[in-house]
Amino acid sequence: MSENISMIFQEASVWAIPIIFLIIVVVGAIRRVKIYEVFVEGAKEGFNVGVRIIPYLVAILVAIAVFRASGAMDWVVAALRPILSPLGVPPEVLPMAVIRPLSGSGALGVMTEGLNTYGADSLIGNMLSTMMGSTETTFYVLAVYFGSVAVRRSRHAVPACLIGDAVGITIAITICNLVFG
Amino acid sequence: MINWIWLGLIVSGVIVAAFTGRMAEVTNAAFDAAKTAVTLSIGLIGIMALWLGLMKIAEEGGAVRFIARLLRPVMTRLFPDVPAEHPAMGSMLANIAANMLGLGNSATALGLKAMQDLQSLNKGSATASNAMVTFLVINTTSVTVIPATVIALRASAGSMNPTSIIGTTIIATICSTVVGVISAKLLQRAKGYRMEAQNV
Repeated sequence: MSENISMIFQEASVWAIPIIFLIIVVVGAIRRVKIYEVFVEGAKEGFNVGVRIIPYLVAILVAIAVFRASGAMDWVVAALRPILSPLGVPPEVLPMAVIRPLSGSGALGVMTEGLNTYGADSLIGNMLSTMMGSTETTFYVLAVYFGSVAVRRSRHAVPACLIGDAVGITIAITICNLVFG
Repeated sequence: MINWIWLGLIVSGVIVAAFTGRMAEVTNAAFDAAKTAVTLSIGLIGIMALWLGLMKIAEEGGAVRFIARLLRPVMTRLFPDVPAEHPAMGSMLANIAANMLGLGNSATALGLKAMQDLQSLNKGSATASNAMVTFLVINTTSVTVIPATVIALRASAGSMNPTSIIGTTIIATICSTVVGVISAKLLQRAKGYRMEAQNV
């Protein structure tokens, strides 16, 4: 059942972009938009946006790289372990919880390693996969999105996003304990 | 806030490296990350140009307004400060749809377009608007329907049932998005986070 639904969605992902191209261009032409000129005019902005986010991306990625490479991440995980283990959080998934909001490639590495060490279909494997799939690289998104429009005062963005992440990770662990435990 | 996080990451990183003896690794990691940042940004330029071009056609042809009108009841509640007919509504919807389908880079490009549209309402201020924060929370809490990358990695790790995590992923992501949006709505009025508090 879930196999079929996932097949439909994966197929939809493959079709989505070409179909969207088609609809936009055809609807534009019917509505007498000068599609080629308008496309080029819009696309010109692409370069500016790409260049504008570079300094913000350098800032956030370097800080996170320094934090990870120093071993500070392992210290945080070690410090959290005695607090979270009694709450039903397996120590094996803690690195994922800490790294997920900071680094997408880091989280991918943690997941791949975990799947190979504990088995993809184990409780840990399912938990790591659910955590990976249900959250995003929060700090990357914040830096790039705000950076692209030169917003420096982020107000409540960081706390609101982190509350969301914490809830996502907690629910992922709880539901996996129920379903796969 | 970002200033403090940045300071914290760098200071704790360097101090911990002094204890763990990983100064050389820290130096290399910092330079590698700086290079990666540029590669990522440059890689985004082409996709960015493609989507910005298409979105411009969709805007002038009225397609964006049409879709935004369909989902108007939801969008006006989520983003009460954004006029229902504003292009930002359309580009935010396009970004959310791309995220749901797991179209990573396209979602980023459309998201950046949405931020520009929101910034035009924010009069180019350096302070985030309420709508921007709500929109970002929806993005960072992820709205994936099919976690395609995770499924692929599970399959290659020898899983007998790579799609088993779809149900649990959807439940976790719905909870995080709902709670995230509610937190954003509550915090936007909190002391110290209010719009006027930032401009003094």
